[in-house]
Amino acid sequence: MALHFELVTPEKLVRSQDVHMVVVPGAEGDFGVLQGHAALMSTIRDGDVSVYATANGAPEVISIKGGFAEVNDKGLTILAESVA
Amino acid sequence: MASLKALKIRINSVKSTQKITKAMKMVAAAKLRRAQEAAEAGRPYAERMEAVMASLASKVTVGPQASKLLAGTGKQDVHLFVVATSDKGLAGAFNTNIVRLARKQALELQAAGKTVKFYCIGRKGRDQINRYFRGQVVHSVEPGDLGKQVFANAGTVAQDLIARFEAGEFDIAHLFYSKFVSVLTQEPTQQQIIPVPLPESGAVTGAAPVEYEPSEEEILYTLLPRNVAVQLFRATLENAASEQGSKMTAMDNATRNAGDMINKLTIQYNRSRQAAITTELVEIISGAEAL
Repeated sequence: MALHFELVTPEKLVRSQDVHMVVVPGAEGDFGVLQGHAALMSTIRDGDVSVYATANGAPEVISIKGGFAEVNDKGLTILAESVA
Repeated sequence: MASLKALKIRINSVKSTQKITKAMKMVAAAKLRRAQEAAEAGRPYAERMEAVMASLASKVTVGPQASKLLAGTGKQDVHLFVVATSDKGLAGAFNTNIVRLARKQALELQAAGKTVKFYCIGRKGRDQINRYFRGQVVHSVEPGDLGKQVFANAGTVAQDLIARFEAGEFDIAHLFYSKFVSVLTQEPTQQQIIPVPLPESGAVTGAAPVEYEPSEEEILYTLLPRNVAVQLFRATLENAASEQGSKMTAMDNATRNAGDMINKLTIQYNRSRQAAITTELVEIISGAEAL
């Protein structure tokens, strides 16, 4: 059960890996994305993305600025303006 | 025939020129690697952006309320050419190739009765375009070192462009830059950035209904200006890599030419030296015979 997660900024491809869950700071509230999530497109507010590599592990926190997230059948793609 | 001293000076001068071009070639090679990496690292973002734009644009109906950035102004009279070049020369035909493509397109449009304005990024391009199209350059910016560009710079330019578009200064904007194919090949490229070109219908198959947060229109509204910035940034990165590639080739040629020149001059120098010695000997011998 893995979700393909990609985090891209204009400068580079920051992450491209399979993870368990990602919590995204959406413009209308945080949302978690697991595998098989329905197609969704959302703008993002400045905040932290929590990447859970495994179900019980501690999350890896990446703070990002601006951008949007897209979930489709291939996985989750976050296009951020910059990564701290 | 030039004097021996003059030849010697000439040879030395060409030699030091060769040293400079050789050093510049090395510097370009080192910078090229970094610029190439940056250009390649920037491609995924621009590609994903395009994909997202395409899927969004195909779902939103183009109505009278739709953003002008998507639907256009409904006219095609005034074209704005955003010509991205560099601030520095000594890079072979890098700047000239971009300007030549822009000029060709501009002349075609003008022949069709349209108005063409220029928005120049980079000093070299501005100078050349000013020569051909006096008074048609509406604005120009100097980006400085292409290798040290950040996304924020592209954002500033994009905001300026959008403000001008909303003020009705132009109907269609095209972006000209040099696409980095390989070290030896850089391709001058034209791309329409405003309004956003719609993908060919049928290319996108929206199988699953997509949820939008907040709404489709709001996402599109924030996305459209960012797309312009992303395309500009991509052009800057591609330009940076192309410039260094072009500079490397140009400097390599210059170094080789200087080498050829040094060989030719050295032969000339040795011949004159020999001729001078022969003349001197003849003088001494004929002087001795006369006694």
